[in-house]
Amino acid sequence: MSALIIDAVSWALLASGSFLVVVGALGLIRMPDFYTRMHAAGITDTLGADLILAGLMVQAGFSLVTIKLLLIGAFLFFTLPTSTHAIASAALTAGLKPRVIEDAAAGNGSTAPKEDG
Amino acid sequence: MSIESIIDIALLVFLGITAFAILKLRALFAVVMLSSVFSLVSAGLLVHLDAVDVAFTEAAVGAGISTVLMLATLALTSRREKAPTRSQALPLIVVFLTGLALVYGTLDMPRFGDPSAPVHDHVAPKYINDTESEIGIPNIVTAVLTTYRGFDTLGEVTVIFTAGIGVLLLLAAFIREPSGLRVQTMDHHLVLRVVTKVLIGPILLFGLYVQFHGEYGPGGGFQAGIIFAAAFIIYALVFGLDNARRAVPGAAVRVLVACGVLLYGGVGFVSFLFGENYLNYSVLGASQVAGQHLGILLVEFGVGLTVAAVMVSTFYAFAGQNPPISDEDW
Repeated sequence: MSALIIDAVSWALLASGSFLVVVGALGLIRMPDFYTRMHAAGITDTLGADLILAGLMVQAGFSLVTIKLLLIGAFLFFTLPTSTHAIASAALTAGLKPRVIEDAAAGNGSTAPKEDG
Repeated sequence: MSIESIIDIALLVFLGITAFAILKLRALFAVVMLSSVFSLVSAGLLVHLDAVDVAFTEAAVGAGISTVLMLATLALTSRREKAPTRSQALPLIVVFLTGLALVYGTLDMPRFGDPSAPVHDHVAPKYINDTESEIGIPNIVTAVLTTYRGFDTLGEVTVIFTAGIGVLLLLAAFIREPSGLRVQTMDHHLVLRVVTKVLIGPILLFGLYVQFHGEYGPGGGFQAGIIFAAAFIIYALVFGLDNARRAVPGAAVRVLVACGVLLYGGVGFVSFLFGENYLNYSVLGASQVAGQHLGILLVEFGVGLTVAAVMVSTFYAFAGQNPPISDEDW
């Protein structure tokens, strides 16, 4: 019975993690400009990877493997958002402007990204 | 079709696509990134083939440090590859014929996993059977690398040493020694600085683990040296080259480049003095196994020292040619 619960929990974690990673990849392809793409990939990546690692940890039980997975998870938890931040700020410094919808009435740009590609 | 072959085929298809994209692209920044992806996918393939030591090296060297070094090179040159001026028909034919010859050659090779393949009945059975009793360590790869094939590894370290010296000689005229006047602090990059500070300690610790745990798990001097160098390079990237040079002076690194090879060769020489063959570690300790342990530890440390020092000094040499990134540029 407990084996079944462990399998169910780990499958749920693995599936939701994989779902997030796939959503991130989809966003990376479908989003209209650089910053929205970073937004799609950067946010889903961290949680997706950590959920997959959590699913593996549940499978591994109390062992050295779990500790190692925990360390990998902690490493990714720090590095993935940092790399997203670094890439986005480097792009901003290099002069890449976010795509904005021109608000005709006000005459200035709003920050909402364009929906169509 | 088994799940194993599906994974293999998927990874190989990824490799093929990546290689083709590298060929077609002219934007060199993307090419560097794709070659890093190529290394990472091949590392995955090697893990799947149970060659974890090789996969580790591929991930650390191919996907990690060489990407950083290529980016450093890219900063010195143009970001776009020039379009070829001559017709590419002849190179295409040559490549096509070479590929055909290679494919023809593989037809004679034994089937994948064939137990009667020549590689399995030459020296491999001896290594697999005797490592436990002769060397007393669980990782046979380390035993082969440092003991049975100690000469080859000495050769590899010497190759890295020579390559490092060659790069330093080529770039020596342009190396900018630290002036000691300019202090760069990238105050704007608070996030990067904080996270780097958090991460450098664990990276160095992991390097030490890989270095001194190589007999028991995947790892060893080559991988550990790369990881160690990566910690210093990330420090140099975030805190500026001058600060990194103050922490680890270029002259000291250049001395360490030679020290590693000297340590490796010196261990062999000591076994000479005990009246044994060159690089026979058995005489170094009270028993054969103890001697082998000590010898492997020292030799791996020599490898790690040279690899780390070559990587750091190569990075210094490349990065020292770029004008320093000032605070206002960020």
